[in-house]
Amino acid sequence: MNYRIYSLSEQAITLSFGEVIDDAINDKVLASVSWIKENPFDGLKEVVPAFSSFTVFYDILEINKKVKGQSAYSYVKDFLEEIPFDSLKINPSERNWVTIPVKYNGPDLNYVAEHCGLKTKDLIKRHKAGEYRVYMMGFLPGFAYLGGLDAQLSTPRKISPELSIPAGSVGIAGQQTGVYPIESPGGWQIIGKTEIVLFDPAKRPMTLLKVGDYIKFEEV
Amino acid sequence: MATVQDLGRFGYQESGLNPSGAMDTISMRLINILLGNDENEAVIEFHYPTPTITFEEHAIFVIAGADFSPTLNRNPIDNWKIHTALPGDILCFGKKVKGERAYLSVKGGFKLPKVLESNSTNLRAGFGGMKIVKGTSLELNLKNGTLFEASRKLNLAPKMVNVNLRPYIKNDQEIRIVGGSDLESLDLDSRNKIFGQRFIVSGHSDRMGYRLEGDSLNRDKGAELVSSSVAFGTIQLLPNGQLIILMADHQTTGGYPKIGNVISTDIPILAQLSVGQHITFREITVEVAEQIVLKQEREIKKFKAAIELYS
Repeated sequence: MNYRIYSLSEQAITLSFGEVIDDAINDKVLASVSWIKENPFDGLKEVVPAFSSFTVFYDILEINKKVKGQSAYSYVKDFLEEIPFDSLKINPSERNWVTIPVKYNGPDLNYVAEHCGLKTKDLIKRHKAGEYRVYMMGFLPGFAYLGGLDAQLSTPRKISPELSIPAGSVGIAGQQTGVYPIESPGGWQIIGKTEIVLFDPAKRPMTLLKVGDYIKFEEV
Repeated sequence: MATVQDLGRFGYQESGLNPSGAMDTISMRLINILLGNDENEAVIEFHYPTPTITFEEHAIFVIAGADFSPTLNRNPIDNWKIHTALPGDILCFGKKVKGERAYLSVKGGFKLPKVLESNSTNLRAGFGGMKIVKGTSLELNLKNGTLFEASRKLNLAPKMVNVNLRPYIKNDQEIRIVGGSDLESLDLDSRNKIFGQRFIVSGHSDRMGYRLEGDSLNRDKGAELVSSSVAFGTIQLLPNGQLIILMADHQTTGGYPKIGNVISTDIPILAQLSVGQHITFREITVEVAEQIVLKQEREIKKFKAAIELYS
């Protein structure tokens, strides 16, 4: 298994499987994160998955109490190198599908259709035909970075970002599509809106989506 | 702007939830320790200009971090020291002397519901803690009898935070960093420049990040990056060749090259630097950074032990 380990800070280490966006690699990331959660080391604070890497945040003081004659960095690095990467369980039958109902009426719908050289109804057809994978959560609480956008729908971000994009806005930015979980400034081209709640700190789970989920958009 | 903050909301970064929390965690922890509070007790973080506060109840409090010339009923009071307020007393701030963020902690803390185990204000998602606006009223956990009972022993304990523990801000501040995953991908000239020049804290600096101004830096190798985790203190290289240091309200992930990370003991100092001030970077190894953190924690522990003798 090829990977690179580096310090993100003196209290966090990232393990990267390469600078690639790939289902198998993202599966490996998720399997590694699950394994660490099941076999945590003393001083582990948090483990966070990304596209092709994961990061462990740890408590130097906790580790220092338990481990003598070794830096926390080398203790955590040793731990990561002992992960049985080649025998981690990845079960593709456990795919979690989430359907997001969308009203395709966004302010930029016609612009995106024009940019892609498509009729509006064909743009919608292609967007809802897609099967999208959540590769990473980030940017905003509950925001999912999705892969799987039809290459013909790729549209650049706005040159000057909007000051306020409402929660539930469905947008396209470059080769990505996504949904704003909360109101935020942003530069995405907005093609539609969903009424479904993607982030609520009072709910469990508080986000609709998680890394590894698969998404379909359904027109309403 | 003033918000309620504690040490941050951790454990939810995998959902994209940024930890928030105090910018200068050392000042915040020290004044909580001085008051015999939990180190993570929620405090108010003030940016200048600051609101005026009226105490409706008895309170025992400490202010620290930035020096905004605090007064109690128009009498100047010192930072880093325990003060007592009576019902009707007015806490005002005057001139901004030094630093960017002042902290107010009260004995026993504020009565606020925790959201996801934290009282930090998540400004981005608008939940948790409290954004202080005109008319905001915060209830205290300890009142009258319970406050006096809890603070009887404070009379005997040290009433001030040791000077050597407080974040010390110089004009030409050296900030220590551990090298980041993309430091090696800078061209030779840029690698010399990053440790050989003074950067200026730019006007676009806030709780999300500090933008720096300096000679433009370039990468000479390294492919396009795929986004990955970032941290409080991560130094990223922006497409225009300038640097940004991510602060308490940073996003959980980022796709810009990571040049390094400010070590945790130097982040509180950085958090007190103002627009126009200069910083230089010095690279240290992770092992040295760990020793610096452990040494600071030992000193804080000693201070805490001295306070706990009396509580």
